[in-house]
Amino acid sequence: MRDRLGLFGAALITVIVLAAVLAPWLAPYPADAPDPANNLLPPGAEHWFGTDYAGRDVLTRVLYGGRTSLVIVVAVLTVSATAGVILGVVAGYAGGWLRDVIMRVTDVFLAFPALLLSLALAVVLQPSVTTVIVAIAVTWWPWYARLAASVAASIATRPYVDAARCLGVPAPLIVVRHVLPNSLTPVLVQVSLDAGGVILTAAALSYLGLGAQEPTAEWGLMVQQSQSLFTTNWWVVTFPGLAIMLTAFAFNLLGEGLRDALDPRRVVK
Amino acid sequence: MPRYVARRLGQALLVVAGVVVLTFAIMRMVPGDPAVAFAGPKATPAQLAEARERFGLDDPLWVQLWNYVRDLATGDWGTSLRTRQAVLDDLYVAFPASLELVGTALVIAVVAGIPVGVLAARHKRRLPDLGVRATSVLAVSVPVFWLALAVQTVFAGRLDWFPVAGEYDLTLDTTSPLTLWTNITIVDALITGNWPIFTSTLEHLVLPALVVAAYPTGVVAQLTRAALIEESGQDHARLERSLGFGETAILTRFALRPALNPVLSLIALVFAYAIVNGFLVEAVFNWPGLGRYAVQAISYRDTPAIAGVTLLVAMVYVLANLLVDLLQRVVDPRVRLR
Repeated sequence: MRDRLGLFGAALITVIVLAAVLAPWLAPYPADAPDPANNLLPPGAEHWFGTDYAGRDVLTRVLYGGRTSLVIVVAVLTVSATAGVILGVVAGYAGGWLRDVIMRVTDVFLAFPALLLSLALAVVLQPSVTTVIVAIAVTWWPWYARLAASVAASIATRPYVDAARCLGVPAPLIVVRHVLPNSLTPVLVQVSLDAGGVILTAAALSYLGLGAQEPTAEWGLMVQQSQSLFTTNWWVVTFPGLAIMLTAFAFNLLGEGLRDALDPRRVVK
Repeated sequence: MPRYVARRLGQALLVVAGVVVLTFAIMRMVPGDPAVAFAGPKATPAQLAEARERFGLDDPLWVQLWNYVRDLATGDWGTSLRTRQAVLDDLYVAFPASLELVGTALVIAVVAGIPVGVLAARHKRRLPDLGVRATSVLAVSVPVFWLALAVQTVFAGRLDWFPVAGEYDLTLDTTSPLTLWTNITIVDALITGNWPIFTSTLEHLVLPALVVAAYPTGVVAQLTRAALIEESGQDHARLERSLGFGETAILTRFALRPALNPVLSLIALVFAYAIVNGFLVEAVFNWPGLGRYAVQAISYRDTPAIAGVTLLVAMVYVLANLLVDLLQRVVDPRVRLR
């Protein structure tokens, strides 16, 4: 049953990624072509998700919004996981004062709720998609650093690492050839578990006006721009919100499925 | 135990020091000259120099950091560019309102999340479990600002069951003024027996608290389920089973208590997350807490206010983690032995 939910998540993500990648071909209208004569049309045959205050097709903008979200997710996770793993593996393998320093620094970053630190950073930087990526990546890497450090510390005591050390293999080479590859699995599981959180954080920052700016199609921004129209024109807020929720939902299901599949303790049960 | 407490306290202090330095660093990243921002675009060079002098911007960075720490320690958290009041005074009013909202939400999360988790564990891998798991993953996947807007539009706007926004009906301030003790409106109303404000606050609390509760409820339910399933595979559960206890009895009478330990430590994490998640909900429901304060500060680029909120929440977070660590040693004897 767990697998079924996980597979469902994987299928959903495939659909979402395909829709985002193929948006220019799938979308029935241009992404940014205001048509004030046809603004705020309810969903119908011409516009499945209706049109927004500027007369733009909501379905089209939801599809293009997926591209923005996926770019943010991939960028944030790549940057933060790379930085976190490098620092974490070094800390875990080296131990001693180096480990203490790196771990105390991660403690400080982890003392801020992620969204709050991102928010503070986004306020002092200029609002843009890049700002969102930087602001989230800065708050996300310590989690990977901590995880990678604990895994690397346990790997550093394995016999094959001892053997390599006795053979005179230099420490940097041991880290790269033996410790790093064996530390990656738990980090990758965590990355897949975090994708949903990144989507939600990015949407929240954009909703607060700190992220993507007009005319970029971004789900959080779409909700913010139309929130005052919710009572009279439900579709302008409903569809972008549903898109955020479905994407985060799909990533969360997949992440849980992967975690259970790769955690031998759980497979036994 | 005293040695552990001392070590843990030292650790927490170190983290708070780091938090202050990091906040200082972020606030110094502001593009443009803070002196220009303060003095305005039409300032004369003399006024600019005065502003630079006043903020000590010509001093070396470490002097500025030292001055910042000294000001914080003496209760000077700067002046909000928007409200033109001391940031600490603003926080003193806003924080209790946030506590009121998040506290209510966490109570809902525990009261709803634990039974739901038990239900899922009891029917592991069957329909109720699937339903609970799918719903709880959905609850942690929903963008909270959108949920707030939807709930507000439907239950306050269309159906008119609850008030649209605010903490309580402000006209009550003239008919039955509230005596402040804790600054938490609902608590003050309760202890001073101010029923009009108490019921009004309760009515206003329902929708935002339910929205804030969505995420923690999902997390608590998932974790309770996982911990119970783990616990019911232990040797003690096998013994209880062989003694003839039913599965429900094993879960609720024996497995639940040890299983609650990880749930407890999670509450501290969720608490901080809920405060920040509550920011967006406060903005939608115009709840006079830290979130509304921070969100209003954003459009003004009110960096002293943002820095104040950031510092306060980070400190609360560190404190909550500390308390949970200590509490865990009291609740769970196994932790003491480690």
